[in-house]
Amino acid sequence: MADEATRRAVSQIPLLKTHAGPRDRALWPQRLKEEYQALIRFVEQNKAADNDWFRLESNADGTRWTGTCWFIHELLRYEFRLEFDIPVTYPDTAPEVAVPELDGKTAKMYRGGKICLTEHFAPLWARNAPRFGLAHLMALGLGPWLAVEIPDLIGKGLVIHKERQRDAAAE
Amino acid sequence: MATVEELKLRVRELENELIKCKQKQCAMEDALHRPKIDKMSAEVVDSNPYSRLMALKRMGIVDDYEKIRTFTVAVVGVGGVGSVTAEMLTRCGIGKLLLFDYDKVELANMNRLFFQPHQAGLSKVEAAEHTLRNINPDVSFETHNYNITTMENFTHFMDRISHGGLEEGMPVDLVLSCVDNFEARMAINTACNELGQIWMESGVSENAVSGHIQLIIPGETACFACAPPLVVAANIDEKTLKREGVCAASLPTTMGVVAGILVQNVLKYLLKFGTVSYYLGYNAMQDFFPTMAMKANPQCNDHHCRRQQEEYKKKEAERPKVEVVVEEEEVVHEDNEWGIELVSEVTDAELQAATGIVPDLPEGITVAYTIPAEDTAHGETVEETEQSLEELMAQMRKIVQRSQVVEGLSAVWVIGTEHTLTHLQRAGQKNLGCTGESKEIDTRSY
Ligand SMILES: [Zn+2]
Repeated sequence: MADEATRRAVSQIPLLKTHAGPRDRALWPQRLKEEYQALIRFVEQNKAADNDWFRLESNADGTRWTGTCWFIHELLRYEFRLEFDIPVTYPDTAPEVAVPELDGKTAKMYRGGKICLTEHFAPLWARNAPRFGLAHLMALGLGPWLAVEIPDLIGKGLVIHKERQRDAAAE
Repeated sequence: MATVEELKLRVRELENELIKCKQKQCAMEDALHRPKIDKMSAEVVDSNPYSRLMALKRMGIVDDYEKIRTFTVAVVGVGGVGSVTAEMLTRCGIGKLLLFDYDKVELANMNRLFFQPHQAGLSKVEAAEHTLRNINPDVSFETHNYNITTMENFTHFMDRISHGGLEEGMPVDLVLSCVDNFEARMAINTACNELGQIWMESGVSENAVSGHIQLIIPGETACFACAPPLVVAANIDEKTLKREGVCAASLPTTMGVVAGILVQNVLKYLLKFGTVSYYLGYNAMQDFFPTMAMKANPQCNDHHCRRQQEEYKKKEAERPKVEVVVEEEEVVHEDNEWGIELVSEVTDAELQAATGIVPDLPEGITVAYTIPAEDTAHGETVEETEQSLEELMAQMRKIVQRSQVVEGLSAVWVIGTEHTLTHLQRAGQKNLGCTGESKEIDTRSY
């Protein structure tokens, strides 16, 4: 499964209580509150651990989420937009997180820039549904994906730091 | 360099040229179209596209082949399996096809059947309808270019399943799942359990060397949520399977085989011939086709599945036991009843806690994972809060990447407009967002 650091980070994210998806008009607002509580806690914890790496916000009904994630590689900061919809079957199934600007750059991605998670993720999510929320998705899904893929993409020259790109263009 | 006005004019010229080309092409295609055929004929002449199908009737395989024209089938996912499925049904002369897919044709799909390079960029449903209409103008088509798993689309999807039949307002006869992901399968499962809609599941494994089809009759046979995802064991050593650098492989052969056994099952189910399979697996490595049937799980997570099971039980109790066929089916079920059986030699308490029950499955079929009966998620849960949702949303937005002074750390930078940020880094820690040492950091935004 995930490495020690991820494990530790995940263990500190509070679990969610309400088993409700977006079609459940009565309970979804409660679930949404819990999602925000867990996310706020996770981000605060990341900041406290000098490891702040994403921001996320939703539309009013909490069905569409957008944000940014960033990754530091060799002292350069690379930032990417991220987005996903909450599927009607949430929280029994996890949303498919997309990083659209990396679409077509890595084989570890499905069409539309949806990241391809490891074979460990689906069982982990299924076993912990409905107690896992979006903060867990970030910690166990997107986080490890970025940690593996971004250095690789930079190494292959498929992701270029914006400033460097500009410098190269100016030359 | 040309002025903007000149360029605009040139664009207009090219647009007009394109329209002319399209019109010419359409006219050419129209000339090739055959007229619609009112009634299927069994006459064996080279102009009759149905003669070989109608021969099934003459040979006594199918009682009433023409009945195919009265059926409506919804195909969800028009990829490697779904497109071939739709083509087969079109050639068989199905009454109406509903196609759902949100994807576009890509050159990366060209290792699969059906789509052609010149269709790259078109929506899959649009491209498919065009080709299929050319093949058989007798079929009615309805296409929806969207992702069925989102709220709005899902409601529309449910509505079309229950009202999109050949005779508008009537439900479709069968839904076919040809999607490639778990979320979409679960969405179809949810819809069909709610509507009591019979459907067939199909799938090809990510390593491209196994696949399956499954008939799901809500309340009667196991739904997609009744058990963890089933997999056809391809007898590949997991340790030798290299997953680095790839998501999924695909083969036109495996997808063609799966589409073939899927449509075969559809024809047998709709036209009532042969034995309809409840579950048929395909292991391409050993050429092994395991079959089984599985009853719905009374403890299924989906409450609509449980409701359908209650209704099925009631219906069964009311039905006079005369049909021999039904009893035969029941024998199949009994053989495959849900066994409350733990995975082999589990003695260690921890392992036991992490492993759930597996249904009793025949050789060659297994579950992708198990779900423990006991809640494994231990730890703190979110606390009761006085804050409203809006307050929480605002709080989340307010957490900016504030400038902080931390030991061993350096830079401050500005991203966008108002956010002043500090990058914090712990020397030596190789973690997310943290690598390298506490040197001057390039603070320019990516
Ligand atoms: Zn079920």
